[in-house]
Amino acid sequence: MSRDAIVLLGVNHKTTPLAVREKLALSAGYEEPLRALGQLQELKEYYLLSTCNRVEILFTCTDIERAQNRVLELLFGQAITPEELDRYVYRYVNKEAAEHLFLVAASLDSMIVGEAQILGQLKEAYRHATKVGCSGFILNKLLHKSFSVAKRVRTETRIGAHAVSISYAAVELARKIFGDLAGKKVMLVGAGEMAELAAEHLVGQGVAEVVVANRTLQRAVNLARCYNGRAVSLEELLDQLKLVDIIISSTGSPDLVLRKEDVRPVMRERRNRPLFFIDIAVPRDLDPAINDLDNVYLYDIDDLHNVVEMNKSERDKEAVKAQRIIAEEKLKFGKWLANMESTPTIVQLRGQVETLVRSEVEKTLGRLEHLDEPERLRLEKMVAAITGKVVYPPLHYLKTDNHCISLPERIKTIRELYLMDNSDDGQEGP
Amino acid sequence: MSFLLFQGSVAVYLLSAAAYLVFFLTQKSALRRTGRAIFLAAFLLHTVNLIARAVETGHTPITSHHETVSFFAWSVGCCYLSFRWRYTVKNLGAFVSVLVLALMLVAAFSSRGVIPLPPALQSWWLPVHASITLFADGFLALSCIGGIMYLLQEGAIKKKRFGLFYPRLPSLETLDKLNHHCLSVGFPLFTLGLITGSLWAKQAWGAYWHWDPKETWSLVTWLLYAAAVHQRFTVGWRGRRVAILSIVAFLSVLFTLWGVSFLLEGVHTYVS
Repeated sequence: MSRDAIVLLGVNHKTTPLAVREKLALSAGYEEPLRALGQLQELKEYYLLSTCNRVEILFTCTDIERAQNRVLELLFGQAITPEELDRYVYRYVNKEAAEHLFLVAASLDSMIVGEAQILGQLKEAYRHATKVGCSGFILNKLLHKSFSVAKRVRTETRIGAHAVSISYAAVELARKIFGDLAGKKVMLVGAGEMAELAAEHLVGQGVAEVVVANRTLQRAVNLARCYNGRAVSLEELLDQLKLVDIIISSTGSPDLVLRKEDVRPVMRERRNRPLFFIDIAVPRDLDPAINDLDNVYLYDIDDLHNVVEMNKSERDKEAVKAQRIIAEEKLKFGKWLANMESTPTIVQLRGQVETLVRSEVEKTLGRLEHLDEPERLRLEKMVAAITGKVVYPPLHYLKTDNHCISLPERIKTIRELYLMDNSDDGQEGP
Repeated sequence: MSFLLFQGSVAVYLLSAAAYLVFFLTQKSALRRTGRAIFLAAFLLHTVNLIARAVETGHTPITSHHETVSFFAWSVGCCYLSFRWRYTVKNLGAFVSVLVLALMLVAAFSSRGVIPLPPALQSWWLPVHASITLFADGFLALSCIGGIMYLLQEGAIKKKRFGLFYPRLPSLETLDKLNHHCLSVGFPLFTLGLITGSLWAKQAWGAYWHWDPKETWSLVTWLLYAAAVHQRFTVGWRGRRVAILSIVAFLSVLFTLWGVSFLLEGVHTYVS
């Protein structure tokens, strides 16, 4: 064997029900499981990703089956039974593992295709892995590649350019009505979580002011403070309609808060400047007939859902384009992997020679303890220099393309010449 | 010479409209730049064509049907470019290039013969009256296109059905501004056109107003636009109603231009 296998194990929202995913999620952070994995001799390099939709581990090893069993036992063994593990956990090896990682990074494997959050989560997970020092040559290359693939997908397709979430859909509609949102005013009627989310999106678009109207004034004041806005009482609602442009309503009221007859006179006073109502309350706060008025637009939660759904199918089209990019990158990575097969040999050869040189140096000088720091450093440098010079010819031989002798053959030659495959157990030694 | 230039500009307008339409469907921004560049080239070619025609005929080339429609197309292009220079309206170019191309084709299929001017019309009022009126028509054409785009976009947002146009058309606000701008430039120009026409009529025929069909229809058109401008600037109408009014009023412009000439008789009729 000349190269370690890259293995990816995991569960995600497609294969595994939420109830099981919840049990498997690494809720305590990355540090502890990463250190626990460090105890496994079978793993060379490894990295761990856990989000609310997936738990995945990527590692390199020599014996896939053994490593897989140890890893699954360690990570998931306590949470679910072996039968469940068999049913839910997927495994990808080498190029397929790379492809899957690219799909995840590019947000094609996400519950909402095209959402941007996953890349951040991936980078965060990788940061933890590098902190613990458990990602090495292969995984570093693979993960960096996955970041650049994700970027490529994002720039070359429009997969991320459409409304996903309800609140974002609302912002996009507002932009189609008002053009520039800078200078526009938003009123939140009722202070729910959804309303806050939408308001946050709108503030991000540069709206001039946020007005909060709520039944309990205290809550309105608190929320308004977050956006440097004003708080008003529900009784002032109609007066405020003259001043604001976008109204997000999410009260818990069982009755309608605004009717068509309330809004009609307001439009005259506004000189027909458009009004955009977003009703995200269930049951509805706003009279659906409001939408019939000229220059007034009303969207309720179902309408917004439809907008999101429509954009989803558009996204799926872009996903095909993205898949092509990923297939391309997978091929490239496969090529790189093939070229890199000599790497373990190079590392091993270098280590072997260095050990030899070091042991000879130590033998000559007796113990190295009496040396002071600068001298020790100089000797270290010498060891490295001799190692480098000695391994140069074989490395050169390995790395230079040769038409007659293929890379695996060259690797075999080097391994035989330097007795690299039998130094451990010495079964075939001369 | 001028005919060759005319045919060249029609061909280049055709190219530009094609580029704009492909851009409209595919939304590849490289195509928009191409379309714009080709449109500009066609416009310049057309300008040279008008100058050449003026030299050939010895008077301002706004007398025959061919000349009028060609000049109308040119003024639409001119208004569009002047507007484009100040504001950007997403995908307006696609609509304008098609309109200009349509006008150019109409011009191409009408007789290119040079009409000798009757002595009554040999006056410096001709370039002033005709070009001002046609420039006004250019702006009013843009306001009509803006109105159509507004209705398409508003329909999508109101009915919550998002098809081909929703992602490709600009915001309602932008389209309303386009209408505002075009009415506030086009209407005064149109008024000026009427006044100069009436003064010229006094000079040429001895009376300010003849009630010939063209004049009557111009007045109808003027009243329609006056209504739109009044509703817009004093009552505060905007959006859909003004858009509809702009479209109706522009249909009246077209009728004044063609309907009157071909269906009714009068002093403005192109001699054929």
